[in-house]
Amino acid sequence: MNEHEQKRMEQLLKQSLPPISVLAATEPQRDLWPAMVRRLEARSLAVPWFDWALLAAVVAWFALFPGTISLLFFHL
Amino acid sequence: MQVMEQPSDVLRQFRHGDLDAFEALFRQHQSEVYGWIVRIVRDPSAAEDLTVETFWRIHRAHARFDPGQGFGPWARRIATNAALDYLKTRRPEADVPDDLASPQLADPGVSEEVRRKTAYAFGRLPAKLKAAATLALIEERPYKDIAGALGISTGAVKVRVFRALRLLRKELRRQGIEP
Repeated sequence: MNEHEQKRMEQLLKQSLPPISVLAATEPQRDLWPAMVRRLEARSLAVPWFDWALLAAVVAWFALFPGTISLLFFHL
Repeated sequence: MQVMEQPSDVLRQFRHGDLDAFEALFRQHQSEVYGWIVRIVRDPSAAEDLTVETFWRIHRAHARFDPGQGFGPWARRIATNAALDYLKTRRPEADVPDDLASPQLADPGVSEEVRRKTAYAFGRLPAKLKAAATLALIEERPYKDIAGALGISTGAVKVRVFRALRLLRKELRRQGIEP
């Protein structure tokens, strides 16, 4: 693609897609901090996947070997 | 996006995970981050979500922040990555342009069909090429700013823009349009 063709493509692209400022505001239309706070709170309540995996492993262990439950209580 | 100086104590507190410092930085930079993202993704609703996503990533990475580098460029880099991740996962069909140039803005010598097909083909380009071309050609942002945001040299930005145009021309020719 030579320089002339490149310029032609640039012009075609600009003709097809105007800058976003022509179509929409380039600043948010609302304060986004409340959404940020919700995101932070949701994440802090989330339980990490490895905690769920550990819980599942313990439950599976006790299901397969119910006799070990008393052993657990003995150590507690 | 303007690079705004922060009081060093706010940046230091943010680096140590202080939420009030994070809020101060969020309020000061949310408009700039949003403005950068919306220029890449061209969707105001998605840009709002991605602004929150960007600041979430910033919050998670607070311990890695280097106050000497400035908050603005760091935030813009993270915002660009979030926008690129979004473009990679978005279906190409979603790029059927709502944002086609209005007839008043368009060159009457270029038919609406050609403009529509150009916009559609552009939407199907790889995210990295599309972002570089959007910022450089449509939004006319300085190459230096684009390079900083993408984490590459200005020469590499020019290569991406060239490759985007070449791919676009190839796709248009495949559709029987001679640009």
